[in-house]
Amino acid sequence: MIIMQEQTMPAEKENAQKAKIDALLHLADDSLIMGHRCSEWCGHGPILEQDIALTNIALDFVGQARNFYQHAAALLQQLPNDMALALADFDITPASITEDSLAYLRNANAYKNHLLVELPNGDWAQTILKIFFFSNYRQILFQQLLKNSDTQLAAIAEKSLKEIQYHVKWSGEWVMRLGDGTDESRERMLKAIDYLWPYVGEFFNCTEYEKTAFELDDTSIDLLKQTWLNTINHTFQLATLPEQTFGKWYQSGGKLGIHTEHLGYILAEMQFLPRTYPNAEW
Amino acid sequence: MVNTIEHTESQVWQLLSTVNDPEVPVLSIVDLGIVRNVSVHNAESITVTITPTYSGCPAMDVISMQIRLVLLEYGFKEVKVEKVLSPAWTTDWMSESGKEKLKAYGIAPPLPKQTVCKPDEFQEEEAIQCPHCLSYHTRLISRFGSTACKALYQCQDCKEPFDYFKCH
Repeated sequence: MIIMQEQTMPAEKENAQKAKIDALLHLADDSLIMGHRCSEWCGHGPILEQDIALTNIALDFVGQARNFYQHAAALLQQLPNDMALALADFDITPASITEDSLAYLRNANAYKNHLLVELPNGDWAQTILKIFFFSNYRQILFQQLLKNSDTQLAAIAEKSLKEIQYHVKWSGEWVMRLGDGTDESRERMLKAIDYLWPYVGEFFNCTEYEKTAFELDDTSIDLLKQTWLNTINHTFQLATLPEQTFGKWYQSGGKLGIHTEHLGYILAEMQFLPRTYPNAEW
Repeated sequence: MVNTIEHTESQVWQLLSTVNDPEVPVLSIVDLGIVRNVSVHNAESITVTITPTYSGCPAMDVISMQIRLVLLEYGFKEVKVEKVLSPAWTTDWMSESGKEKLKAYGIAPPLPKQTVCKPDEFQEEEAIQCPHCLSYHTRLISRFGSTACKALYQCQDCKEPFDYFKCH
């Protein structure tokens, strides 16, 4: 028995470690792509204050992405090099595994973000609604992560939650303003819901790595799903927007590296400089 | 007999109180409450632990570098600046003198209580005092201001717009 334990323990530990790294990259990729999309509004906001609001939110996301990538890089550095390179799924072998190489030297099919976050910004309603859906999801997920046995992951969640509160509030206020606004703004909100709703199911279609690393089981995932839906519907009611339910069918694949064509364009823009001029500084 | 390490640590705190936040230059990093710990290992080696105000705060890299420079100049050879995230920074850690300095600079200091973001308080706004004319008759212009840590308000009495250091 003792011998069997000795043989099985490392494999289990290894799997847990792999799941944790996948999950950290998933969180980091979500934050980075969300931050990039928000930053695309820089200089294009409807009024200066909202332009600044979106760039502030973008900065929060990129900051969170850095924390997740740094943590993932620290764990990867502890592994044998071959295993670390394979896990991170680099497109070209980096000089060292850092937050930057994880962001800049992985290909689209190594990225594990939700499909929702890579969708083009569309109009103001679509952008607002995307931030609203995503921030509310993050808020309930990160509250769960506060109890995680990985204390660094819990610390990043604790830090991020303070910022997410502002994103939740800001986007929620806009959902109300647009939903209960003019005929035009309401029409755009309804179109935004039609456009984005097929992508929210992926939040709660948890991969094995999420279940392991986030310490979730089917019951807790179901609870997250219900809590999220209730929160969304609460604001929708205030915004006089129709109540939503989860359909049977939804878009998914992003968390396993199967993306829309949009991600490639984001990465091409984001990664061009560090790939063309390795170790460039300014 | 003087405990030299303790003596040095209190001198280091003094030194750190000369390092300013580049984005709010009237506040030192000690006023802000972002220096969590100073640990002098020996005459040559020291670790300073800091915590970011916001995950994406671009000032953190500049602050780390300034801490390093000040301590190298003081005579340390090995300076380590470590970043911790938990417990997460809160505006409660800002010193009272820091809040006074902010106000004198024209930025409304953070309120002690966090009231933002309970769903039913959506339309409620906190009463923020105008740092110029001290009126509470002010309105929120934008929840996000010139930096991640500030919101933009306007005084309804003296009509001046001003930054509010958000409570966290």
